[in-house]
Amino acid sequence: MDVEAMGREAQKYVWEGAIPLQIHLHESEVTTLPHPSPALVLAPRMGYLPLLLPLLKPHFSSTLPPGVDTIWFEYKGLPLKWHIPTGVLFDLLCAEQERPWNLTVHFRGYPGNILTPCEGEDSVKWSFINSLKEAAYIVNGNCKNVMNMSQSDQVELWHSVLNGNMETYQRVSSKLKLEKVGDQYVGKPNSNLLKSRTNTGETDTGGPVKTGRIPVRLYVWSVSKDFDDLEDAPQIDSWDQISYMNRPVEIHREEDKCFTLRDAVKALLPELFVEKTLIDEEIPRIELEEESRAPSDDESNTRNEEDVEEKQGENVECCCPSDDAETKLKLVRIQGIEPKLEIPFSWVVNNLMNPEHFLHICVFVKVPQAKPLPHDR
Amino acid sequence: MEPSHQVTSALLLMLSLRNGKGSTLFSLHGHGYLGQNHHGRGLFVTREHVHSQEDHDEKSHKGNEEPNCLGKDEYIDNATLVQSYRQDVRYFDFHIVYSASYRVPVLYFRTYSSDGQPLLLEDIEKELPGNSTNVLMESKWTFITQEEHPYLNRPWYKLHPCGTSEWMKLLFLTDPSLGGSQGVPVELYLSSWISMVGQAVGLKVPLEMFNKRKE
Repeated sequence: MDVEAMGREAQKYVWEGAIPLQIHLHESEVTTLPHPSPALVLAPRMGYLPLLLPLLKPHFSSTLPPGVDTIWFEYKGLPLKWHIPTGVLFDLLCAEQERPWNLTVHFRGYPGNILTPCEGEDSVKWSFINSLKEAAYIVNGNCKNVMNMSQSDQVELWHSVLNGNMETYQRVSSKLKLEKVGDQYVGKPNSNLLKSRTNTGETDTGGPVKTGRIPVRLYVWSVSKDFDDLEDAPQIDSWDQISYMNRPVEIHREEDKCFTLRDAVKALLPELFVEKTLIDEEIPRIELEEESRAPSDDESNTRNEEDVEEKQGENVECCCPSDDAETKLKLVRIQGIEPKLEIPFSWVVNNLMNPEHFLHICVFVKVPQAKPLPHDR
Repeated sequence: MEPSHQVTSALLLMLSLRNGKGSTLFSLHGHGYLGQNHHGRGLFVTREHVHSQEDHDEKSHKGNEEPNCLGKDEYIDNATLVQSYRQDVRYFDFHIVYSASYRVPVLYFRTYSSDGQPLLLEDIEKELPGNSTNVLMESKWTFITQEEHPYLNRPWYKLHPCGTSEWMKLLFLTDPSLGGSQGVPVELYLSSWISMVGQAVGLKVPLEMFNKRKE
């Protein structure tokens, strides 16, 4: 199978990917006996939880207290952000991916101090289109192509996402001219971010100008206590434990070298990769800091070590004298898989991105005890 | 009992550019001279919007016994509920956050009353001075949405950034002295930017802030 065909197959898997959910109604909203059984739902990875309302309402309506429905979900006490795709929530919050994923649904008592309001499908659609505009701006330097979409195209695009219809989606979205990322593209890193924008990406004709920037949303979960197995991973009980980075990745290719997934993660989280050499993925290696080398500029001044993930995402335990003092990249998860970091980033983007044209990457990091990973640089 | 509408004297404006390249901080004291401090990563503007009610004075006059609505001669307890002068204070927090996607600063804000109750957008729009609601309604470039604050994990209001680059460009193109091919200095960009977006949310920027450029 050639690379193109493999890509198309990957996309199909991604579009058809779904998370089995076992959804329990919160007991405060149960007014009848016996308790209703949990609803068993297959939720599309690329979808959003509030869109499940038409499936869930009939199941629970007979037991709900009177009032207006404002649906929201929680996982072990953590209210779930509805604008994050379902698959990403699952990848991020369930280190050891439990199937079915047990969630609690509420129809009342929306936590408006934590979650932005959601008024059903329209809110989700607005958030989706907004993200798509942002992605278009990142790739083309303007969002004209999205803003100029005809009404019928917009409707068709949204429905293709609602129904998980990849063919329709690809047909409509191709009109947006959000070009696939090519390996051969060479872009320059943008040094002065504050220059007057007269020369960015905006031509008189409104046509796209490749900026070499890729829309990426990165979710970093840092823990200070190491764990061997994913099932020992501590639970996330607040969104403050997750660093969310909505930052485009600029692809720049050096001669004869491919811009890999590792390069992309490194561009976003440079503090994780003090060592610049490529790691042979077959052999786990420990990068020990040489005593003779001058201390690195790295602000946290840690000894960095890179774990190499095996196919199942389990970590190879490297013995190291002072475990607690390291920053370790434990896991990189995209669309439920742990791709090898050597894969060309362009392939990852083209085949694993979500329909709003963002690539969502979940990263699990173990940080030294007293020094939390900075949010951003 | 007319509520009177006052802005307190403490308009403190601190701008910090969050682009990872370090921060430049301006602080504006009182009615505005521009100072420059070095600060950490904080970025916020707070304006206190005070509604004061003078009723606490009036109530104390109503001390006499009056028949209650049932017509009985009952003793009316004339203890005065002393209302704190600052009971109806509305707080605004403004944050300026750099958007890596749009490569412009974005204004986030929230507003709440003194008991911490957040206020709704409709109520906020009533509070804004007249011309700012015009700016909001007429301009296709400014609209307010409620979104998650990128760092605080809470819903805040945001002035949508997708038009920012366009009108900032227009702003600088119309005045050749304001920059040029070398690009615009950060301080100038920011003060121009805040003078534009501030209009949409009722923030006034004193002229003094513009007198300090290129010295």
